Amino acid sequence: MENKAIICRDLTKQFGDFKAVDSISFDVDQGEIFGFLGANGAGKTTAMRILCGLSYPTSGTALVAGFNVYKQQEQIKKNIGYMSQKFSLYDNLTILENIEFYGGVYGVSRKDIKTRSTELVSTLGLENEAKKLVGSLPLGWKQKLAFSVAVFHRPKIVFLDEPTGGVDPITRRQFWDMIYQAAADGITVFVTTHYMDEAEYCNRISVMVDGRVEAMDTPSNLKKKFNTHSMDDVFYELARGAKRSGD
Amino acid sequence: MKQLFVFIRKEFYHVFRDRRTLLILFGMPIVQIILFGYALSSEVKNIGITVLDNSHDIQSEQIISKIQSSSYFQMQEPSLNYPDIERQFREGNIKCAVIFPVNFGADLYTTNGAQIRIIADASDPNTATILTNYLNAMIADYLQQLNPNIQPSYQIIPEMRQLYNEEQNGSLNFIPGVIALIFMIVSTALTSVAVVREKELGTMEILLVSPFKPVMVLVAKAIPYLVLSLVNFIIILLLSVYLLDVEIRGSLVLLFAESILFIITCLSLGLLISNVTNSQQTAMLISMMGMMLPTLLLTGFMFPVENMPIVFQVISRILPSRYYYDIVKAVMLKGLGFRYVWKETLILLIMSVGLLALALKKFKIRLS
Repeated sequence: MENKAIICRDLTKQFGDFKAVDSISFDVDQGEIFGFLGANGAGKTTAMRILCGLSYPTSGTALVAGFNVYKQQEQIKKNIGYMSQKFSLYDNLTILENIEFYGGVYGVSRKDIKTRSTELVSTLGLENEAKKLVGSLPLGWKQKLAFSVAVFHRPKIVFLDEPTGGVDPITRRQFWDMIYQAAADGITVFVTTHYMDEAEYCNRISVMVDGRVEAMDTPSNLKKKFNTHSMDDVFYELARGAKRSGD
Repeated sequence: MKQLFVFIRKEFYHVFRDRRTLLILFGMPIVQIILFGYALSSEVKNIGITVLDNSHDIQSEQIISKIQSSSYFQMQEPSLNYPDIERQFREGNIKCAVIFPVNFGADLYTTNGAQIRIIADASDPNTATILTNYLNAMIADYLQQLNPNIQPSYQIIPEMRQLYNEEQNGSLNFIPGVIALIFMIVSTALTSVAVVREKELGTMEILLVSPFKPVMVLVAKAIPYLVLSLVNFIIILLLSVYLLDVEIRGSLVLLFAESILFIITCLSLGLLISNVTNSQQTAMLISMMGMMLPTLLLTGFMFPVENMPIVFQVISRILPSRYYYDIVKAVMLKGLGFRYVWKETLILLIMSVGLLALALKKFKIRLS
């Protein structure tokens, strides 16, 4: 069990009578690209927050990077990365300043910050922009940069909350190239998305409906099971019976 | 704590790259001090005055030249009749007028004495009172000159001393008040906006996921504004001493210590405010309207609190700025030591601790 990135058993989060997350169980392997799907209000965000060490579950257990979500939240935070659609980086700081900030927060040594940031900047082809304010970059670049910063400290797992929202298809494709590269480097990727074509890129996906995990398998197996050709249809089949909507 | 340092450095980047913040931070104090100090000075000098001399004798002319040589008055065109005087009042050239009746000098030496009419513009009653007092004093002085050898039988000669402010420097009163106001603006408003900005931008979430301890976020936000408030404080002190000729009588160390305490009170207030809203505009509004307006009106440096209805007096007692104002007056203007301000200091300390504890507790609750 040690080499699983994430292990959940009967994880539940209850607010009064309302079960936002209703006894979910799943495993994520190391180096896997795991897609966490679900409609708005299904409980995805709540579940992610627990896994990121941001809130306590009501009951059930979960181990993230080998650490207990009840007792070892600090350890979890040190070993994960996070990126969300809402936020990229600080707009009125330069690229390098943003990197220095997050590197410092995650305890990366100054030497490593220097070497890795030069690497990062050249990999993205942003040498000329390195000293410019992030606010002046187009959205696609900001997202790619945000991802690079999220994995800057070489975490074991990186959580991506709808990372490609509002970005053109070509940039999305490039973004997923970066995700593949990270997975190849051994980083487990836990990603939520509304784009069903992106679900196809994942090794395995799970679909949450009304707080429960209603399906979990590889994309091709799911398509066979529901007898459809696209993940869109799979999702539709599962989610249309949902009683909840809107986060 | 390398983390903390990295965070504080980022905060300073934010501050110096935001034009509006910089304007508020440095522009406001300077503008306020100059405004309050120079322009609004309640000293009375170079007031326009006109004279209507119906008598044209030596005595009236002696009095007129006395008025002319006084620095309090600036003689405007002499009037020939009442409509003239009215016109000059209306045009705002003069604030008072002196009228000598016909035969002024002759009347002086005959029975009941001579009369003089003094008219003052009382739309500002304070100034009008001061002006009429000046003129009365001048006339009494003139009489004294005329009767050097005659001593009245019993005399009471009051000796006046304007304690702590011999030169009647009107701006002195404002300076502690302006300092309190500046701290309120910088420490409370800007800090609360800074914290809320993270929430608005969504970066707060990222910070919470990081190994950065949440409480440290608040600390790291507050420290730059602590430093900047102190810098502002020093600027204000320098301006007051060199531009407005104010003398700092008490211990500078005590003044600084008390100021740091008050700044912490304001920062705690700012942090508390940041907990109740997710919008920068609201944070700014609450800080400005909620905090600054009462500070301006009820601390006691613009209007005397003792004259206000009980309700306002009670509210005044809740304002931390009121205690800081008293402390600064005592230390800076009167040169008093800690013995005289320990009560106010204790109150500020309790307020700071209380507000800080409340802010941290609310912050922690919101996290889970």
